[in-house]
Order: sequence, then structure tokens, then C-alpha cells
Amino acid sequence: MKKKIQILVVALMIIVTFAGCGKKDSPNTLTVLNYGKYLEPKVLEQFEEETGIKVEYEEYITPENMYTKFKAGAIDYDLICTSDYMIEKLIQEQEVAEMDFDKIPLSENLDPAYFDFSKSFDPENKYTLPYFFGTVGILYNRELVDESKANSWDILWDEEYAGKIIMADSVRDSFMVAQKRLGYSLNTTDETELREAQQLLIQQKPLVYSYLVDEAQDEMIAENAAMAVVYSGEAGLALEYNDKLAFSVPEEGSNMWIDCWLIPKRARHTENAEKFLNFLCRKDIAMQNFDYVYYATPNVKVKEALDPELQENSTIFPPPEILENCEVLKSLDDEATMKYNLYWKEIKSAD
Amino acid sequence: MRNLKRQLLAGPYILWMAGFILLPVIMILYYAFTTTGGSFTLLNVSSIAFSVHIKALLLSLKLALMCTLICLILSYPLAMILNNMKSKSQGFIVFIFILPMWMNFMLRILAWRMLLSNNGVINSFLRTLGFPGLEILNTPAAVVFCMVYDFLPFMILPIYNSMARIQNDIIEAAKDLGAGNITIFLKIIVPLTMSGVVSGIIMVFVPALTSFAISDLLGGGKVLLIGNVIEQAFMQEYNWNLGSGLSFVLMIFVIASMALMNSWGDENNTGVW
Repeated sequence: MKKKIQILVVALMIIVTFAGCGKKDSPNTLTVLNYGKYLEPKVLEQFEEETGIKVEYEEYITPENMYTKFKAGAIDYDLICTSDYMIEKLIQEQEVAEMDFDKIPLSENLDPAYFDFSKSFDPENKYTLPYFFGTVGILYNRELVDESKANSWDILWDEEYAGKIIMADSVRDSFMVAQKRLGYSLNTTDETELREAQQLLIQQKPLVYSYLVDEAQDEMIAENAAMAVVYSGEAGLALEYNDKLAFSVPEEGSNMWIDCWLIPKRARHTENAEKFLNFLCRKDIAMQNFDYVYYATPNVKVKEALDPELQENSTIFPPPEILENCEVLKSLDDEATMKYNLYWKEIKSAD
Repeated sequence: MRNLKRQLLAGPYILWMAGFILLPVIMILYYAFTTTGGSFTLLNVSSIAFSVHIKALLLSLKLALMCTLICLILSYPLAMILNNMKSKSQGFIVFIFILPMWMNFMLRILAWRMLLSNNGVINSFLRTLGFPGLEILNTPAAVVFCMVYDFLPFMILPIYNSMARIQNDIIEAAKDLGAGNITIFLKIIVPLTMSGVVSGIIMVFVPALTSFAISDLLGGGKVLLIGNVIEQAFMQEYNWNLGSGLSFVLMIFVIASMALMNSWGDENNTGVW
């Protein structure tokens, strides 16, 4: 008797654990994976109202988090927004489906210049649709920081600001700062260059208030720190909340990034995904979304409709001379990725 | 027949245990001893010897020990005071201790971050009074502080329970036989509450050792505990094998510390196992 029950229990256990897997799929849904704070929630509502398609919306923090979520395979995402080097990695792994631009007619609202930029990771512009772009720079508090020093990464190593510096809690972004300060490429895989950059970051650690990503902006608005390494769009938004803040892209150069939408091969609602992309390119929607996200939009129609003052705002729309100095992150091979990760961990555990 | 009934009653829990404890542990073991390709390896487990990982493990042990010690020092006298109160107010005080647990612990950690930040409530208050600000946010001290704050009830309650169970007759008998207060404390109260202390220590030490959320939120990314390393292996590096290998090592530490503590405990069996 006992044996039988045990067998029964094991069988039940297996049924229970696998019962959840075969979730029914409704054709009228769309599963979207995006960065945090990167889409106006009202836009989603409006899309649901207009099309009757139910959107399941999920957020992540860093591209690496996204990769884990995506690769875990528990959810079949229909649409993903992520950054240059991660897109390149996914394309290399043949995870991305070709995009049918005929089904996204409004994509013509986007400035072709940014399709050109995306060629660095999507050489034939087959897979991706640009969403927002920008640079990385220093958001600082003008009352606490000597402005003449803010145009160089050196300021992040200035002892005067010990305990008031926020660094990016993201491997590539933090290394970028050190690499650019040393005058190296931000895609270097050279052992000595990487070690040098790592030493620099370890040296900096005692001065750092904290390592943050999305919260850096909030901390700066609350004036808990004097400066932070942030994305340009975040800086633009922070400036609106606290006028003591200013933003600069150091002259040593920085990272120019483009975030794009892509449709994975595993997507089950490609048509809905295309509808959604088309919807996002529509002028009124792109406008609403720009107001919320506040990053540089490649949408020409939106940019033309903005106040001239805002169009000239160099924090949000990085001027060409700054972009010239910037580099786009490239995907690294597994060995280099492991090296970056290990070195980053060593920085994090350093005293 | 009676046997069958009993087994059926245990059924739901056995199912739960199989699906959510046993199966995950088996999966962790599988990942821990395989490469990404699926072949056998010891590398994931032995990578605990990397200096970064050892450092993180030692820091975790250190902070967990500090947290446990502080909890114990705070709880024991408190449990004694509580035990000597009128039974009506005892219930109320215990209620107050449990009250913070009504709120999600993540929210409480986030609240502490707000309170402790440079321009937070506590620092603004201190500065208006002319004191220097308190700069403990983003240091190990803040992490330990918040661990103590979160886990204190788990220490107080078992100690208080075991103390409440000591019958007054025993203490009166000791007094009759001429024992002083110190002797009573050392020879009667301490040994009889040992089981409570042991389960308290386990319930504080183990979660403190394995925590990563507190160090993430209050350590400002500067305090790398073994829990953070494991989380990073899973979430950032997409290296589940390494994460599982390190988890396995951590599990050994947890089990070892529990076994060690239990060899101290007594037969009274208020222990965790």
C-alpha cells in the first residue's frame, strides 16, 4: 500500500509541476519586454483600446538581465527593446526574426540617419527598428561641483567629491568610463587595457556613494549625491525636476547607444508586434511617449513639432560634434564577456 | 487503514515539498555539477576558491555572525524583561514586535534607504540639531543594521517562548536550596532557554548568511555578499551552472551551521529540527 501511494504521489508531483507549461495561447495578445520607465503606460492603454489586443508588458534593468529572461525561455516574448551590443549578440545567435517593414509603414517617420547608426550592429537594417538613442555622461549638481571640471571623466576620481559620486551599476557602462578616461576603445578585449581600467575603477571605489542604474536619477534629484554617471535621457528628465542639475558629455568621448525594437524568432504574435511598432511610430503616440521617456527620438515628425528650444537642448539631443567623439558598444565574445564579468566582480568586492 | 489516512493527510505537503523543495534542489545539484554543455564537472563548485568568491563568502559569514550576535544581545535581556511582566502586557508587547512583519520586508528596506540617505529624514534632523550627519548608508554597517532590524523578531520569539515555559516552582525550589540570583540565572535559566537560543540563532543566522536583497539596496552595490555573487551569476552573467555550484557550497555552510548549533541544543526539542 505504502509503495503504491508513493508512486501515486510522485506521479502527481510530476503532473503538477508540468501542468503549468502548456498555457493556452490567445491570438489576441502581445508580450513586450522593455527597459524600466521606457514606455508611457497610457500609450499601452490606448493601443489596447484601439486594437483590442491585450498587451502583457514586462520590464528589466540591464541588457544582461534581459538576456537571462529571454534565454530562460519561460515566456515567448513577441517584442523586445534592448541596446546595440545586446542586439548584436542576439542576431549572432540567430534569435531575431527579420522585420517586415512593409507592415510598419509609419517607420518612414524615422530619420534614416539612425538606421545608418544601427548598421554597426544590424548591417543590413533587417532586424531592428530604432526607438531612442543618446549618450552617457555626467549629471551633476551645479551648486556642489566645480563646473569647469565637469567636462572630463577625471572629475569622477576627484577626492574632493568623495562619497558623493554615483557610478553605473552595469558592467559595460562602468568600464566605459574608465576606458575612455584612459583613451582606450570601450570595446577593448586587450588584457592589459582591461586590467588598467579595472585598477582605475578599484581606485575610485572608496569615493563612490553607490552603484546604481535607474535610481541614480532619483538620488540626484533628491540631491543625495553631487554627480552621477547616467544616460542622457535620464539626465534630461532630472533637469526638469531640479534646476540645479546639469549634464555634460566629457570630451574624452563616451558611449553613444541606440535602443531598438526587435521581434524574436520565437515570437508567437508577429502581426500584433508589427501593429504595435507601427502604432509607436505614429506622430501623436510617439509624441506622448517622448514626453514621458524624454530621450532623443529618431522620429522626425516628433522632433519637428517640438519647441525650438527643446530641439536645441543638447542634453536630450546630443549635437553631432559630441556624437562624433562617441563609440557604440559592440557585442563581445564569451571569453571577453567572462573576463569583463570577473573583473567587475573583483571591483565590487574590493575594499 | 489509519496509516493510509495519515499519509493522505500529509499528501498536500508532500506534493508541495516535492515540487518546490525537492525538485529545485535536484535541479541545482544537476546544474552545479555540469558544464553548459551538460558534461560532468567540479569546476562550478571548486570556483568558490576564487579569491572574489572566498572574499564574498567570508564577508557574508562575518556580517551574518555580527547580525546574530547583536540580535542575541538585544533579545535575551528583552525576553527576560518580557517574561517578568504581567501576562496581559506580555501579549501586547509581543504583538508590537510582530507588527512590523505585517509589512513586506522589501518595502521596509526601501524605507530605510530613504531614511538613511544623505538628505533623508534622519540626517536632516541630526543636522538641524547641529550634529554631524550619519553616513552609514552604502556601507556594511547599514547592511548589518537592516539585517538586525529585519530578523530580530525571529530571535526574540523563540527565546521568549522557552523562557515562558520555565516553571516558577523550579526557581522557587532553587531559592529554597539557597541559590542566589546569579546561580539561578546561570544554572537554571540559561540551560533551560538554550533550545530557544539555538533555534533563534539558526533562524537569524541562516537568512542573514544567504541574503542578497538587503546588501543590494542598502549596500549601494558596494557590499558584495555571496548571495549577490550568486544572484549576479544567474541574472547578469547567464551562468546558471556557476550560480548553482556556489549555491551548493552555500547550502553546505547552512547545513553545517545548523548541525553545529543543534549539537548544542537540548532534548527539549524546541529546535528547528
